[in-house]
Amino acid sequence: MEIAISIITGLMIIGALFAIHAKDLLSAVIACGIVGYGLVICFLLLKAPDLAIVQIVVETISLIIMVAVVLDSSREEPYSKPDPQGYVTAVTAAFLAIVLFYFFRTALGTLDVFGESTLRMAGPYIEGATQKTGSANLVTGVVFDFRGYDTLGEATVLVTAVLGVLTILRIKGKK
Amino acid sequence: MKGMTLIVKKTTQLIAGLVFLYGIYIIIHGHLTPGGGFAGGVIISGSFILLILANGSDFMNLSKEESGSTMYENLSILVVTFLAVSGMLFGAKIFFLNWLPKGTVGELVSAGMLPLYNIFVGIEVAASILTIFLALIIYKEEISE
Repeated sequence: MEIAISIITGLMIIGALFAIHAKDLLSAVIACGIVGYGLVICFLLLKAPDLAIVQIVVETISLIIMVAVVLDSSREEPYSKPDPQGYVTAVTAAFLAIVLFYFFRTALGTLDVFGESTLRMAGPYIEGATQKTGSANLVTGVVFDFRGYDTLGEATVLVTAVLGVLTILRIKGKK
Repeated sequence: MKGMTLIVKKTTQLIAGLVFLYGIYIIIHGHLTPGGGFAGGVIISGSFILLILANGSDFMNLSKEESGSTMYENLSILVVTFLAVSGMLFGAKIFFLNWLPKGTVGELVSAGMLPLYNIFVGIEVAASILTIFLALIIYKEEISE
């Protein structure tokens, strides 16, 4: 299973790189879709169908909206002059990549084997959750009973986002 | 925004109802099978987005629909908060108290308050995503005239 996840992760990285460098904006948007649908397959392989359902639906709707926007505006990316101080950015990026790679290598030695980590809070949640919440789906029991505050926060974030969109996109602006 | 061809319009009219029913199924069975309020709400809003994109917003005469959908969204988040507080009416000082009878595990009407939370969070998610989409579409209509 690790080999399959590694192959899909490599595909997702290639898709993201292609989305940055594509000339045609429609193909860039579709290459963005590779990242999302690859994540769906990773969730299914890791046995998380709840997350996979949410991810596949949200990815489809955001892709539809982005394709509609690209088809109604322009498909060509506007040409921009190369930055004269681009080498500073390149040197900074290379330095950051080396530093991050070093620390990731150091941190990898202290992690557990993939898929065998023992979380301290997982046991009390799983044991007897069906009797405590009465819900056959453990995820719903955790989301709406044990972690109710988190769910209320997520729903409130969505309401706040809609309020922001309606404020910015109102038809008549105030002076 | 103009609609698509006749084939696309007829196919979406046939399919959108099934998509809507599937979203309701996902929400109502949220405490039994994978899924729940968030996934089902996005599926329900997807059925509306499918219809609007296929038929075009000038065919459906959309002008102020987003004021209605944002009202549903705010009302349902208010109901979720009231349901969370409702356990305190009986003296228990616990937020998100599951005070309804649990029933037998695995039946449709069971798990106390969890199906109610699922239903209202589903309405909230569906209405908010539909509101964002309608705000984008209708604003573009006003600019192009």
